[in-house]
Amino acid sequence: MESQLRRYTPFRGPFDPCPPVPFKTYVVPPNQFITFQPPDLPQFSLQEALKYGTLWPALFSPYESKCKGGGK
Amino acid sequence: MWIYEKKLQYPVRVGKCDIRMARYLSEQYGGADGELAAALRYMNQRYTIPDKVIGVLNDISTEEFAHLEMIATMIYKLTKDASVCELEEAGLGPHFAAHDHALFYNNASGVPFTAAYIQAKGDPLADLYEDIAAEEKARATYQWLIDMTDDVDLQDSLKFLREREIVHALRFKEAVQIIIDDRNQKRVF
Repeated sequence: MESQLRRYTPFRGPFDPCPPVPFKTYVVPPNQFITFQPPDLPQFSLQEALKYGTLWPALFSPYESKCKGGGK
Repeated sequence: MWIYEKKLQYPVRVGKCDIRMARYLSEQYGGADGELAAALRYMNQRYTIPDKVIGVLNDISTEEFAHLEMIATMIYKLTKDASVCELEEAGLGPHFAAHDHALFYNNASGVPFTAAYIQAKGDPLADLYEDIAAEEKARATYQWLIDMTDDVDLQDSLKFLREREIVHALRFKEAVQIIIDDRNQKRVF
């Protein structure tokens, strides 16, 4: 699932005023690799499906807050 | 016609009194890529799209209204007990001046909703590609909102909504394929 995260290093100029970020990330969700959903894909249990927001593990895209829980 | 079920599509719990988030959440309420824009866009485009994909637009539009209700619940919970001073500290002073504690279709910067956010070109591909873009923009907005709060309960509901955008985008991509393939057409080889 972690493979949905892409990472790149942005350009660093010699005179940048602020400390540089080491890398930037973006998400490529699984819908980018499916043009037409095939029938009979494995399914989550109903409880899991409600929690995850989709019936199919093949469409699930996890996302974690960059803020996390419990204060900064 | 619709049948209303008096419950939310997914539970909305707000675990932290963070009025600031109410303001940011309004980006998904009355913003350009918010749930209202999405629901109205699809509900209107559905009249002039090939028959086979009308249902996709209708169903997704309906679900977007259910999402709108969830966002409204989050904003309402965060602001209902806030004092004027607290609202002002959270940057919602101008909102209070115009709306008291009422919700309104503003984006996070307080700009009121406009139909100019949405489009209906009447061309099935143009419209469906706009819809796919709208879903991906909404997904990104949810990511930034998840990043902005440390309330795990709020994050939970927002993660559900984000996943729905991903599923919707796929459904619109499938609609594009149906339009391209046009399986009605007889082919003679």
